[in-house]
Amino acid sequence: MTVLFGQLFTGISIGAVLLLIALGLALTFGQMNVINMAHGEFIMAGAYTTYVLQQSITGAGLSLAVALPVAFVVAGTMGVLLEVLLIRRLYARPLDTLLVTWGVSLILQQLARDIFGSPNVQTRAPELLTGNVALPGGLTIANNRLFILALALAAVAALTLALRLTPLGRRIRAVVQNRDLAAVSGIATSRVDRTTFFLGSGLAGLAGVALTLLGPIGPTMGTNLIIDAFLVVVVGGIGQLKGSVIVAFALGVLQATGEYLTTLSVAKVIVFVAIVAFLQWRPQGLFTLRTRSLA
Amino acid sequence: MSLFRGRRILAGAMTLVAAAAMTACGSKTTDEGGATGVTADVSGDTVKVGLLNSLSGTMAISEVTVRDSIMLAVEEINAAGGVLGKKIQPVGEDGASDWPTFAEKAEKLISEDRVAAVFGCWTSASRKAVKPVFEKNKALLFYPVQYEGLEQSPYIFYTGATTNQQIVPGLDYLKSQGAKSVYLVGSDYVFPRTANKIIKAYAAANGMTVLGEDYAPLGSTEFGTIVNKVKSSGADAVFNTLNGDSNVAFFKEYKSAGLSAAAMPVVSVSIAEEEVKGIGTQYLEGQLTAWNYYQTTPGAANSKFVAAYKAKYGADKPTSDPMEAAYVAVHLWKAMVEKAGAFDVEKVRSASDGITFDAPEGLVTVDGKTQHIAKTARIGKIGADGLITEVWNSGKPVAPDPYLKTYPWASGLS
Repeated sequence: MTVLFGQLFTGISIGAVLLLIALGLALTFGQMNVINMAHGEFIMAGAYTTYVLQQSITGAGLSLAVALPVAFVVAGTMGVLLEVLLIRRLYARPLDTLLVTWGVSLILQQLARDIFGSPNVQTRAPELLTGNVALPGGLTIANNRLFILALALAAVAALTLALRLTPLGRRIRAVVQNRDLAAVSGIATSRVDRTTFFLGSGLAGLAGVALTLLGPIGPTMGTNLIIDAFLVVVVGGIGQLKGSVIVAFALGVLQATGEYLTTLSVAKVIVFVAIVAFLQWRPQGLFTLRTRSLA
Repeated sequence: MSLFRGRRILAGAMTLVAAAAMTACGSKTTDEGGATGVTADVSGDTVKVGLLNSLSGTMAISEVTVRDSIMLAVEEINAAGGVLGKKIQPVGEDGASDWPTFAEKAEKLISEDRVAAVFGCWTSASRKAVKPVFEKNKALLFYPVQYEGLEQSPYIFYTGATTNQQIVPGLDYLKSQGAKSVYLVGSDYVFPRTANKIIKAYAAANGMTVLGEDYAPLGSTEFGTIVNKVKSSGADAVFNTLNGDSNVAFFKEYKSAGLSAAAMPVVSVSIAEEEVKGIGTQYLEGQLTAWNYYQTTPGAANSKFVAAYKAKYGADKPTSDPMEAAYVAVHLWKAMVEKAGAFDVEKVRSASDGITFDAPEGLVTVDGKTQHIAKTARIGKIGADGLITEVWNSGKPVAPDPYLKTYPWASGLS
């Protein structure tokens, strides 16, 4: 029974990681339809930001707290630069965007290798986050996983509120639902695009900070994550945040259960088969955005 | 139409057969030409040796350090007057982490550069790829990395540990510490799977229980479930054959699940000083490793090696087991050549038995029969400073036994 609960929590926390890495993509790919292959490298940028900050801020807890907003801004700025310099010119050509951003991803990886060296670097996690919470019955829940879960949920809540309640959110939704009508209504769509890209890329930076608590920090860390992130957004349905949220947790629990009953490799196969089957049934994803736009 | 296409396929097939026949002829000629082997070119006042390591791709991180320590040994030998009065001229090639490239570059070093010996390769896959090339040309390879054993090529000298010099001592140590049960965690490829086969045979004969066995694909970084399984198994110890980035994720997960070196120690066979830097001592402190050499190994030979390495490549660069084995390989080759009085491969091979070298890891002796090396096995504990300190050693060099013939429990393996 203990193991069962432990596994359930593992599944939820895998889901939280998936959600965190996919959330930014849910904005840039889900809302703007830009296939950004360099999204994984923005995650990497967030992780390296934590590393760089720790060189000057010695307290592990403080540096992590500082890293969250700084990484958001660093990755967000990189996203805006990418949008302004390249993607903006390619909005009508999705395949070219894919190739160009993939090239950017390779360049960023090599840049990281030149600056920080190809071996992995290490960051210190605050003592508090390396421990765990003991529950009755011998069940333990790792603090870093709880932290990531909280961070993911907070990011979803903040994003949802921002999209629903703020004027900026209204403008973003308007552009997503009908770009031309938004433009004739006086919304500066290109500025909205830039802001959306800043938010989406910034969220990737946030994910990068969180991942320093779990995995390796190296030049290729982003490439391992990008596929999972796209899967979550595609299965969740384009243009909807709640789809990504539900799918991230569902895939996490499916992965953890499959892995517990079989092996890691077989569990991955199970997850992929489930995704293929699901997309046969609902090619548009879990939720679709109904609009009156002609496009 | 279908008839026409059928004929075209037939024609294609004929071409293939013809090509295959021609290739067969071609390779036959090479075989005849290679009956005495490609002789090394030693006519000048230098002798060429080949350096075959990955300088690019996923293995570059590790293999570049091996290349660096080979170069250090070459410089030392040249400064002391060379080999048989000839200066060593290193010819470097990049294996690019790609196994067919390794084979191609090996062929180039042997046939075009006509080197007297080649030093290099890291993964077992690259060694298996170049093995037929060296055997066909009757040329020499020195392989400096610990591996899964069960191999003995007449044209390869293995200067890293075979299983009875690393994995078996690791298990002996666990047994001596009272471990009755182990959990096996490894990456999903040939080395961990072979190693775990050996571990299971050992456990069955030594009253140990293997409580579980889990493999993760190379590069995998999600270890929540595996650590859960390890934890709920209640094993006395974990034997870890994970490679690369997976180790980082595994040890972070291990610590946050509340497991520690004191409660359930992990013995790793692929984590050396260089890897410790990338994982973080916060997560590794107190965990165990099985190797033959650590930067902290005492002795004048090692102080000299560490000082020379740091002077050449930087004070922050650690030295590790595979680097030491590569450094030793060059010095052993020199000793073999001088004993044989010639660079000729067959003469070098027959002179090899009993060659000793006062290596950084202590005295090593070449076993001419297996072409492996007697090495002292060492279990180390990872310290807060990122260095590994020895907690146990085998006392004397362990004779190499790549097929584990002297271990009755291993009779079912092969």
